[in-house]
Amino acid sequence: MSEHIYERIKKDPRFSDLQKRRGRFALILSILVLTVYYGFIMVVAFAPEKLATPLAEGMTTSIGIPIGAAIIILAWLSTGIYVRRANSEFDSLNKQIVEDASK
Amino acid sequence: MSLNRILTISGLFALMLLAGDPAWAAGAIEGEVTKQPVNLSAISMFVIFVCITLGITYWAARRTKSAKDFYTAGGGITGFQNGLAIAGDYMSAATLLGLSGLVFAKGYDGFVYSIGFLVGWPIILFMMAERLRNLGKFTFADICSFRLQQTPIRSLAASGALSVVVLYLIAQMVGAGKLIQLLFGLDYAYAVVLVGIMMMVYVTFGGMIATTWVQIIKACLLLFGGTFMVVMAMSQFGFNFEALATKATEVHKSGISLMAPGGLLADPVSAISLGLALMFGTAGLPHILMRFFTVTDAKEARKSVFYATGFIGYFFMVVCTMGLCAIVIVGTDSSFYDAAGKLLGGGNMAAMHLAQAVGGDLFFGFISAVAFATILAVVSGLALAGASAISHDLYASVFKKGKATEQQEIRVSRIATICLGLLAIVLGIAFEKQNIAFMVGLAFGIAGSANFPVLILSMYWKGLTTRGAFIGGFIGLLTALILVILSPTIWVSIFGFEEAIFPYNHPALFSMTTAFLAIYVFSKLDNSEQARKEADLFDSQSVRSQTGVGAEGASAH
Repeated sequence: MSEHIYERIKKDPRFSDLQKRRGRFALILSILVLTVYYGFIMVVAFAPEKLATPLAEGMTTSIGIPIGAAIIILAWLSTGIYVRRANSEFDSLNKQIVEDASK
Repeated sequence: MSLNRILTISGLFALMLLAGDPAWAAGAIEGEVTKQPVNLSAISMFVIFVCITLGITYWAARRTKSAKDFYTAGGGITGFQNGLAIAGDYMSAATLLGLSGLVFAKGYDGFVYSIGFLVGWPIILFMMAERLRNLGKFTFADICSFRLQQTPIRSLAASGALSVVVLYLIAQMVGAGKLIQLLFGLDYAYAVVLVGIMMMVYVTFGGMIATTWVQIIKACLLLFGGTFMVVMAMSQFGFNFEALATKATEVHKSGISLMAPGGLLADPVSAISLGLALMFGTAGLPHILMRFFTVTDAKEARKSVFYATGFIGYFFMVVCTMGLCAIVIVGTDSSFYDAAGKLLGGGNMAAMHLAQAVGGDLFFGFISAVAFATILAVVSGLALAGASAISHDLYASVFKKGKATEQQEIRVSRIATICLGLLAIVLGIAFEKQNIAFMVGLAFGIAGSANFPVLILSMYWKGLTTRGAFIGGFIGLLTALILVILSPTIWVSIFGFEEAIFPYNHPALFSMTTAFLAIYVFSKLDNSEQARKEADLFDSQSVRSQTGVGAEGASAH
């Protein structure tokens, strides 16, 4: 029985649309996080002195501290952005597709 | 006297050698300044934790009726609860003590590590979370073997899962023994046996329900304790980070270079390899993957990653701040050092001393109890993941070919839990005097090189065949294992050879590439009828993984 549903969903143009949109969104966010993280690792490996720059003239705190914190916060925010869109827009489209296929 | 002095000087090394004898060990840990044989406030707080969690286990045991209850807590955990439990699973005592100790010793390098431990989570969410929930039932092998042959793929997945679980368990048990010896003044062997027995009790009787709640409570305690410690410590600097940084760079021997990356990740190959291991190893840890089957649906699975990432990221920042505060507060207080100028109990004790300094005996006792609770929660999750690989994958699918009844399967997983507990106790005692630094790294290496490639390709690549996954997966597992053996940590530090055959301590860059390549090549070479059938099943799997049609529901309670 479920095989038929799978067939019907697969043929539904909205499904390939959902697949494409959600896939692209996940890919963009993944690339963002990976680029930021490996970019950071590259700086750590090749130019660590860049991260040692003081935050402002005469300060001890280096720019490395807020940059590191920003990466952690960005990683968390990116999960929030994905969950928000996936749990509303993508899920409601998903629900319609499944409901129509189950009729 | 002279013996005592030698012990004091050799610090943690002596502790490892002589830990069997509590009287000697006490000398090695506490030096000549402070002698605290038995820490009563820590023990009483830990006893309270144990009583509460045993109460929960009793309650959970009455609700654990089906296999679904046992493996996945009935599948009815909410995203918020699961997020906390994931955080509880992931934030181990090593995070609290090791990371703060690293910042205490090296400053910014510790921060770089913590970032690596976090960034795997968004990737798990974007690529895996909902598919895990929609395809999986009890173990990640359910997903790998969804359209492939059960026997070989489940054997492979169970091997990967059990290797990771056992390595991780040994590391946790040895850590637990040493820590409890230091904090509670108890003998190493008692501590290991105690942890093993508690773990068996939680998992055998309470299954995933008890494990989840132990992890949730522990995560809350850890978050609360860490926050309190940092607030108390920061109040000494007027909550001004710049004031803290200035003071820390003044008193630390590294000076201003505390504020920038040092020598720890200077070599780019190691840095990238470690980054890969941390990121994709996390996505292949069986006890973490298992948590995704406990939530109601894909929506909650996604939410749980959001909450978990938030809690873990917050905690990492707290722990790093803790390490920096400890530089000033602990580092300038001679009562935390022995006569030879070594930190009492070793470098990983910075956070514990900070607790003592800012919160007194009572808070020190509380943090000690939290550290112990942390170990219990992590080993319980591991034991459950290992037991389910044995009962669900090996027993029910490989040996009984899917003909085992639910009650038989639960019974086998309980027996497996007890066996794993006994094994962990025996290995914990056997490895007491060994260098175990490589074990967690190896566990991440295997998780990233065997479990993760097979899992991710089974979700995304239509061309994956049983033969490709089986051969490639084992090649990945063996490559990770062999490279670690040939690396400096084992080849030089343990076997005592002059030079390592493989120069890097983190194999992931090489072993992951090998695994993906091998899986690809052997799948492509597979022209069998079976391979064609497997490819035909991909479309249905793909629809199910993305829509959740046919996915496991939550059981009604």
